[in-house]
Amino acid sequence: MWPSAFEYQRPVSLAEALQVLSDHEDAKVLAGGHSLLPAMKLRLAEHEMLVDIGRLSELKEIITIRNGGVKIGALATHAEIAASVDVQRACPALASAAGMVGDQQVRNWGTLGGNLAHSDPASDPTTVVLACGGTIQIQSASGSRSVSADDFFIDLFTVDINPGELITSVELPDLSRHKSAYVKMAHPASRYAVVGVGVVLEMSGNTCTSARVAVGGATVKPTRAPGAESALAGSTLDEAALNAAADAVKSDIADMLIGDMNYPEDYRQEMAGVYLKRAVRAALS
Amino acid sequence: MKVKMKVNGTMYERDVEPRMLLVHFLRDELGLTGTKIGCDTSQCGACTIHMNGRALKSCTCLAVQADGADITTIEGMAQNGDLHPMQESFWENHGLQCGYCTPGMIMTTTAFLKDHPNPTEAEIRHSLEGNMCRCTGYHNIVKAVKAVAAANAGGD
Amino acid sequence: MAVVGTPVKRTEDPRLITGEAKYLEDIHLPGMVHAAILRSPHAHARITSINTAKAAAQPGVLAVFTGQDFADLPALPCAWQAGGVTNHVNTPRVLEIDKVTFTGAGIAVVIAENRYIAEDAIQLIEVDYEVLPAVVDAEKATQPGAPQLHENAPDNIVMEWECGSADGTAQALQAADVVVRQRLVNQRLIPTSMEPRGTIAQFLPATGEFTVWVTSQAPHVMRLLMTAFVFGIPETKMRVISPQIGGGFGAKIFLYPEYCLIAALSKKIGRPVKWMESRSENYVATTHGRDHITEIEVGAKQDGTITALKVHTYANLGGVLSTIAPGIPTTLYGRMLSGAYKIPHIYCHVSGVYTNTGMVDAYRGAGRPEATYVVERAVDLVAHKLGMDPVAVRRKNFVQPNDFPYDPVGILNGLKYDSGDYDKTLDRALEMVGYDRLRQEQAQARQQGRYLGIGLSSYIEICGVAPSAWIGLKGEGWGAGLWESANVRVHLTGKVVVTTGSQSHGQGHETSVAQVVADELGMPMSDVIVQHSDTLGTPFGYGTYGSRSTAVGTVAVHRSLQRIKDKAKLIGAHMLEAAPEDVVYEDGKVHVKGSPDQAKTIQEIAGAAALAYDLPAGVEPFLDDTSYYDPPNCTYPFGTHICVVEIDPETGQIDIKRYIAVDDVGKVINPMIVDGQVHGGIAQGVGQALWESAVYDDNGQLVSGSLLDYALPRADLLPSFELDRTETPSPVNPMGVKGAGETGTIAATPAVVNAVVDALSPLGVTHIDMPLTPRKIWQIIDAHSNGGD
Repeated sequence: MWPSAFEYQRPVSLAEALQVLSDHEDAKVLAGGHSLLPAMKLRLAEHEMLVDIGRLSELKEIITIRNGGVKIGALATHAEIAASVDVQRACPALASAAGMVGDQQVRNWGTLGGNLAHSDPASDPTTVVLACGGTIQIQSASGSRSVSADDFFIDLFTVDINPGELITSVELPDLSRHKSAYVKMAHPASRYAVVGVGVVLEMSGNTCTSARVAVGGATVKPTRAPGAESALAGSTLDEAALNAAADAVKSDIADMLIGDMNYPEDYRQEMAGVYLKRAVRAALS
Repeated sequence: MKVKMKVNGTMYERDVEPRMLLVHFLRDELGLTGTKIGCDTSQCGACTIHMNGRALKSCTCLAVQADGADITTIEGMAQNGDLHPMQESFWENHGLQCGYCTPGMIMTTTAFLKDHPNPTEAEIRHSLEGNMCRCTGYHNIVKAVKAVAAANAGGD
Repeated sequence: MAVVGTPVKRTEDPRLITGEAKYLEDIHLPGMVHAAILRSPHAHARITSINTAKAAAQPGVLAVFTGQDFADLPALPCAWQAGGVTNHVNTPRVLEIDKVTFTGAGIAVVIAENRYIAEDAIQLIEVDYEVLPAVVDAEKATQPGAPQLHENAPDNIVMEWECGSADGTAQALQAADVVVRQRLVNQRLIPTSMEPRGTIAQFLPATGEFTVWVTSQAPHVMRLLMTAFVFGIPETKMRVISPQIGGGFGAKIFLYPEYCLIAALSKKIGRPVKWMESRSENYVATTHGRDHITEIEVGAKQDGTITALKVHTYANLGGVLSTIAPGIPTTLYGRMLSGAYKIPHIYCHVSGVYTNTGMVDAYRGAGRPEATYVVERAVDLVAHKLGMDPVAVRRKNFVQPNDFPYDPVGILNGLKYDSGDYDKTLDRALEMVGYDRLRQEQAQARQQGRYLGIGLSSYIEICGVAPSAWIGLKGEGWGAGLWESANVRVHLTGKVVVTTGSQSHGQGHETSVAQVVADELGMPMSDVIVQHSDTLGTPFGYGTYGSRSTAVGTVAVHRSLQRIKDKAKLIGAHMLEAAPEDVVYEDGKVHVKGSPDQAKTIQEIAGAAALAYDLPAGVEPFLDDTSYYDPPNCTYPFGTHICVVEIDPETGQIDIKRYIAVDDVGKVINPMIVDGQVHGGIAQGVGQALWESAVYDDNGQLVSGSLLDYALPRADLLPSFELDRTETPSPVNPMGVKGAGETGTIAATPAVVNAVVDALSPLGVTHIDMPLTPRKIWQIIDAHSNGGD
């Protein structure tokens, strides 16, 4: 409840922020603070310097982009994303996942960028960004790069960001003609996902022509489920296909499971199957 | 570091360490002790205030982050000696026992009703997911929020 | 108009809903400094060295102390040494000196200008530990080869305690038509009042007096224990104040090391010192509750008559003993094992055990929820074994209205159940839930593969815990009384100040006591102020727990009110120039019998009594009375709760569809407050059944160490509760009150578990240990669907 001391910088522009980060390799970016501060309060995390980017208005926008997709500034809050008409149109599963993060207070101030950078494996939006095939835009003083969500998540609390870099936005494709959904079993204490499953289905009539499935909560990082995707693709998403996909997702994630005392690995693995089916049904409804 | 913010309509300026949490700033620097601390993991919601009109757990924000903000705490809810309708309703419906979670509950539920003027019981219960109460079983808190929503609807 | 029995809005609320109330952490004294405590990261270890130099050198740090600095202070007292525990007592020290027996034990303290600096310094203290093997399970701790925690406690046994007849029960079990055996784990819980603990102490060298503010449910007891048993000073040298308290649930009854530490520091440092517990500290350093491993054998006849109950319990009491730890799983547990039923043979044996875990003591209900869980599970096990409806088994065995006063075959050590009509609350609860129709629905649901369950709990609570001769009995009780006191003073203007030794931390005493005063004296409640929680100015009281503040404390107020009225009649008669025997006290006036117009108001009489220039001969000035009330018996509320659940077969998640509670708490002073107590109790009881669980790993680390892991009930996990009440006055006290603080917690846990077991009974399930996590349920359903039996 009493963080260690740190130096605090509050740059007024993105350029200045990138410069500060470039000058101070150990600096930690502070966005909404809703992932960082809880760790600092318990002194599980201690940092020499915090760079508060919270006021950089250029990182707050949510806009529809050329291809019909949506670009979400790193500082957009979960509440803003949940309420955004652009997100609801292009990527409704993300809007719904953003509405399931933490609680009303956390959603008001926690940001998508902070969420991605912290990469709690049980975070709801990160799983959906992966399911939706999002792209993470990253800048540093020396330039910018974009990383596909498929490559961004490396390991437990580890993502592809280097010192001096900052997430500036996330771009999501236009999925308005797809069927998509995110469903989760919330942990009764933390509200994080015991298991969360995001699905994006491309449909042709009653047939699913392709599917993207991502699982969070049960795994060390948000994880694609290729076996489940294959089981869904080409099917009419009937009970047999759902069962096959549920079985497949369990093997897809078998070597990266995590758990806790009441929700151990085996249960989360089973529930990934159950929630995959629920996600597909939700997407179709 | 200097921070300046408007709290319950009054402008305050203080020099604080960057690491000072907003909740400590309000309580220890400004003496506004109505805002409570019930956990250290951002779960319990006892420290909920309004920052720029939105509910915030003030334990999960640095005072320096709130520099320039407009803040309302429980002490700012009654206006000109009149209790806020949510305060009245918690009293009327026995929505509190020990009272420790109450300031946070009142701040959360007032913010919630602004966006959801006509909520169902399920929505009210869901809106309280970031606020813990160990005394009431939430029964009368839900009742208090319902009553305010109903009174607002009747008043339109 | 009478206010007793009506839902009067609480008079304490305005300060609480506006943020004006001052809880401990809100108090700031000039010159105050702040303490942070270094706690052992190991569950069982020897401390081989501590180096505080770096911490002490930090700017802003006033001092750093270790256990050695307080070696002259004795270990804390254990006030309730039930079951011959005398030779096995081990209690915490102010700071541990050379050995720790649980993770979180205090090792060193930093005093600094603010808490941030104090926490910085804590990190700089260097401690070397010799880590010892740990044991966290009470049963395993008693086995050969287990790590030994204390030299004076072989096999880690705190005490062996028994009640009832071993031989009689064994014979009855032999003769029974059926015997059901079951192992029941009543898991460890963390009380989690929303306000953690804290204390502020100030020492004045000129007078040698301490003032201690502390988050305590029992300020007078704090003073007694600290002055007489720790500091060895007269109690007149210490004033203890409980400010506004943010819930307690038992965990704030006890004397903790930090309270003595901070008081001692205020003297050493010469400045007021504050310590406020963080939630993380609260989870390791404040007492936990429950933690029983129990084996039961219950015998019954074919017709459902229960003939015998045999119970053995391992009660985990933690690494050291908290203030009344041994009393909870003994007197308050074993003696309650007859429940609402006539069980002719009962035997209970409790092994209290040390383990490398946090202290365990009273948590809401304290022994009685554990006992009720045993009894209510046993009844359902019998019903299942015999293929009977659980309602029928309950009815078959209920103590009947004409059985009162009922002696539960001696296990209550001489006390008897006071009054009740157990069928009545059962009938009402069945009616509210629509029992017969619900059973039909259940049958249909089962046809559809759905898991719908109905669970009952017909409990009794033993509350108004008091009779001093009973609770204080040597070798059994805590060697002290449990009476309560009150002072009622009618000031010159007719305004009343009541001071009570009870302590209100959410129960609304300021309102309910004022209701009683208003009715008895016939004046508006707004003329009554109720003061409590400060040893300066309130009479001694044992504190608020055990649902005893109304049944004992308020009855003391009631007694003083009668004497105030008697005196008012003497003075009023004098003023009316009537004989005392010719006047009555009615509606706030003393009037001549048959002539209501010839009257003097209580305000006029109070004025006359205070001015005192014209009083009847021999009458002292002022309307002022102090009473000490020691009831002849406990009180015995009862009721039936019914829980209806549906289980999601795919996930094992449990949905509480309805929760019905019909309670009888005797005469009710404020139904709104009583309902509130029941609501909160139910939530806590449901919490134990479904979510809450304090878990230590094998090394003695608390795995559920924060609210991220320990699942407190949340609003969206609970339904609205459906309540009703019957009212059977208690003959124990003149007010007919029984007490209502713990009924919900006691009743709810078995109601929920019985409902879930009922839902799964087609799968052959007869018991599941708590918490009923989705995984446990899912595994049962999954095994069944894969097993295909």
